[in-house]
Amino acid sequence: MKRIYVNEKWCLGCHLCEYYCAFANSGSDDMVKALKDIRIHPRIRIEEKQGISFAVSCRHCAEPLCVKSCITGALRADNGVIAVDKNKCVGCYTCIMICPYGAIMPGVDGSVVQKCELCTNNAFGEPACVQGCPNRAIVFEER
Amino acid sequence: MPIDFLYPEYEVIRNPQRCIACRVCERQCANEVHSYDQELNLMKSDESKCVNCHRCVALCPTRALKIVKTDHTFKTNANWTNEVIGEIYRQAGTGGMLLSSMGNPKPYPVYWDKILINASQVTNPSIDPLREPMETRTFLGKRPEKPERNLDGTLKTENLPPNLELSVPVMFSAMSYGSISYNAHESLARAAQELGIYYNTGEGGLHEDFYRYGANTIVQVASGRFGVHKDYLEAGAAIEIKIGQGAKPGIGGHLPGAKIVGDVSRTRMIPEGSDAISPAPHHDIYSIEDLRQLVYSLKEATDYKKPVIVKIAAVHNVAAIASGIARSGADIIAIDGYRGGTGAAPTRIRDNVGIPIELALAAVDERLRQEKIRNNVSLVVGGSIRNSADIVKAIALGADAVYIATAALLALGCHLCRSCQTGKCNWGIATQRPDLVKRLNPDIGYKRLVNLVSAWQHEIKEMMGGMGINSIEALKGNRLMLRGIGLNEKELEILGIKHAGE
Amino acid sequence: MRLEGDVRIPSGCAISGIFSRSGKKLNGEAIIRSISTMHDRSNGLGGGFAAYGIYPRNKDLYAIHVFYDSVRAKEECEKEIMANFDVTVAEKIPTRKMPIITDEPAIWRYFGIPFEKLLKDTQLDEREFVARCVVKINTQIKGAYVFSSGKNMGVFKAVGFPEDVGRYYCLDKYEGYCWTAHGRYPTNTPGWWGGAHPFAMLDYSVVHNGEISSYDANRRFIEMFGYKCTLLTDTEVITYIIDYLNRKQHLTLHEVADVIAAPFWSEIDRLPQKEKERFTYLRNVYSSLLITGPFSILLGFSGGMMALNDRLKLRSMVVAEKGGMTYVASEECAIRAIEPNLDKIWSPKGGEPVIVTLNKGVDA
Repeated sequence: MKRIYVNEKWCLGCHLCEYYCAFANSGSDDMVKALKDIRIHPRIRIEEKQGISFAVSCRHCAEPLCVKSCITGALRADNGVIAVDKNKCVGCYTCIMICPYGAIMPGVDGSVVQKCELCTNNAFGEPACVQGCPNRAIVFEER
Repeated sequence: MPIDFLYPEYEVIRNPQRCIACRVCERQCANEVHSYDQELNLMKSDESKCVNCHRCVALCPTRALKIVKTDHTFKTNANWTNEVIGEIYRQAGTGGMLLSSMGNPKPYPVYWDKILINASQVTNPSIDPLREPMETRTFLGKRPEKPERNLDGTLKTENLPPNLELSVPVMFSAMSYGSISYNAHESLARAAQELGIYYNTGEGGLHEDFYRYGANTIVQVASGRFGVHKDYLEAGAAIEIKIGQGAKPGIGGHLPGAKIVGDVSRTRMIPEGSDAISPAPHHDIYSIEDLRQLVYSLKEATDYKKPVIVKIAAVHNVAAIASGIARSGADIIAIDGYRGGTGAAPTRIRDNVGIPIELALAAVDERLRQEKIRNNVSLVVGGSIRNSADIVKAIALGADAVYIATAALLALGCHLCRSCQTGKCNWGIATQRPDLVKRLNPDIGYKRLVNLVSAWQHEIKEMMGGMGINSIEALKGNRLMLRGIGLNEKELEILGIKHAGE
Repeated sequence: MRLEGDVRIPSGCAISGIFSRSGKKLNGEAIIRSISTMHDRSNGLGGGFAAYGIYPRNKDLYAIHVFYDSVRAKEECEKEIMANFDVTVAEKIPTRKMPIITDEPAIWRYFGIPFEKLLKDTQLDEREFVARCVVKINTQIKGAYVFSSGKNMGVFKAVGFPEDVGRYYCLDKYEGYCWTAHGRYPTNTPGWWGGAHPFAMLDYSVVHNGEISSYDANRRFIEMFGYKCTLLTDTEVITYIIDYLNRKQHLTLHEVADVIAAPFWSEIDRLPQKEKERFTYLRNVYSSLLITGPFSILLGFSGGMMALNDRLKLRSMVVAEKGGMTYVASEECAIRAIEPNLDKIWSPKGGEPVIVTLNKGVDA
């Protein structure tokens, strides 16, 4: 299955992936309208320290702990893509606690969780962070 | 000193309605033009630091930025222009020479743009490169005067002096490791390998990681002899002796100690932090007979297995100089026109010394033919080859192949801000700062170079087909395929072409 | 109006050739009939013939055919010829008055051989000496033009349709083992006899149909080796190329064909190693002599004839055999017109030379 992989060697720490992610999941077709004067809640995050940076998002594990731990069955693996059913999520945050990569986070209002779903559920179709990365530090490929 | 104040040449225009304060501009500007005001939640910019490299513009996700030339001006004066006045202020303030990068930007005539290419109509069919073979394979090097035969009468093919074989008559011109980054070199090397052409190390030696691209590498020996040793000479497919460079004929080079770090120092074989100074002349070449000795020393050192290129800047007497070089034992002459690029050159020299490559090429090709020695050497020309039409014109004027460098850097992301000398290239090309170098991912870079040269190859084939020529050698020196437009008699005479309509 | 040499004139054409491998002598009737079949391929602005074996009595002497525009040119040229050659015969070339052939120059021929002493002094071999004399006359004496200079062969050409030109020169009175002919369709009026074809250099004569796109690349290269392209025609440069490669570089005619109509790299790359090296060598060393654009040529030389098409075969050319005879022409009809019952007829591939020579032991 194609997954998002990040390469620290080429990550410039420009944070564009976060913005493209936030835009992709905003439901808006205008980036300015979607992101101007708000605090963004991207599903991919740059972690950086001492000149090293890289993007972190869901790895879509083959044996996902988050799915196992979900108390309502809101998290499920859909052809390998781990997705959240917002109608089922009760915001217990068990998955956030258990994800070893810190790739699940509270949604905008905190009532449900959000995570990278490889842009399968938005208009982009393929990951916006990959398309927006200026240095191909984030790639979407079969490995 | 208020007298020294110069209003910035370019202004950063930010459209506040579009800016989402993502701060990518701030993070990506090595010149620290942009900053974020937390209290106002506003991006600000200090245009006095801006070099107009467009990194911020290109990466801004909402197209909120543009850079414009300021309309601030001194009293308009066609003679004492803003630029002239500004330069005087700067020099009066510092006492220093002005430094610039990349090629001569002055509005001198571009002869390529005053030459038109022919096409077939009726009397001779044009050829469609999509249906018929269209050949661009080129060999560079000497040709034997007479064929020899084996005892059984077959041709002796071993008497051919060493040659370079190119799939398309384009090579990447010399740019040293040090003046450009590791990733830029890797991109060039990999592209040369994939394209079946050559790239040139420049005078900074060859990084140990790149020895594996040796079959597609031309190793340069310049006046500073940085990084030159036996393995280096043997690593390449050809050796280039650099006498001069179009951007700065007659003077040497100076790579500041700040750029001589880590691998650059090791590759150049000089201590970290020491300035790398290339003398103006080679101190073992004060005349043409000395050149011959160096050519043959290098040939001896490499067992006569590699062609030797001698690269010179196009200067007034270029035809006679080239004729001397053709008799020095060199296999290939490379000529660099006055628009050739550089990582740093004194502005006055870059903008005022040398001659256009078009005229130099025409003069050299004609002279070598008059002296009947054109077949002893191949001619490679550079110094602002901008597109495939320039290449077709260069070959029709008499070149065997062209060198490109500025065009290659543009393909890698260079935006011609002409600030290489600062070492803060935001595109990761002309810099050694690790955080900047990593901005050029060679996986992307090499592919873009391959794309560029392949696209040009397609265009060359298309133009050749239009002329009814299906192999590049039939275009070489085929000046009847060219016509001048808006050129005077003397220019036409030097170029050896007729005027349009003749 | 500028003449050939001042301006480059492209032209289409018809060519035809007849060769008797057994050395059987044929008079000029057949070739005239053959070329006249292709009347529409010429436009009356040039026709000509080359014939081999026609001067058996003077076969060891160079036959120098010259056009003169003026008495002064004749005087000057004859002075030059006499100074260099031991001339045995000097005569007007017999012609038949025809209303359709106009503006005739004076047409003379000389049979002679270079003075031994001059050859020694100049240290040139005989053929090179003759070639240089011809180039000298053609470039330096205004109004004189040498259009044929081989041994036991001759070129006959004029402005007109080829069949008229043949009759004008009384070709029915000559007998040779090889004839080539040319009818010309230039795109503007050259009006000059020297510009008609065949073009000849020593015993090489070339008739050609096509317009080569590599012209100036070839010209500028070949001029490095003492040739001077004064006519600016394709045929002239092709003749010089063949002369250079065959006579000076000692390449075989097959090798010459492999240079001027080289196979494509895509074909060469597929060949066995040895062959690949040979073709690569020829294409590399003589790269500037590759000829591109359409051509079909007939090269006549002492004892043989070669037919060759450009590598894409952009011009028609057919070859046929009957008994000891070989026929080549732009169109099949030109062969059928003189020999309806053929043993074999085929269209050679582009770049594939057809070379015929006199059978062993035949002395023409």
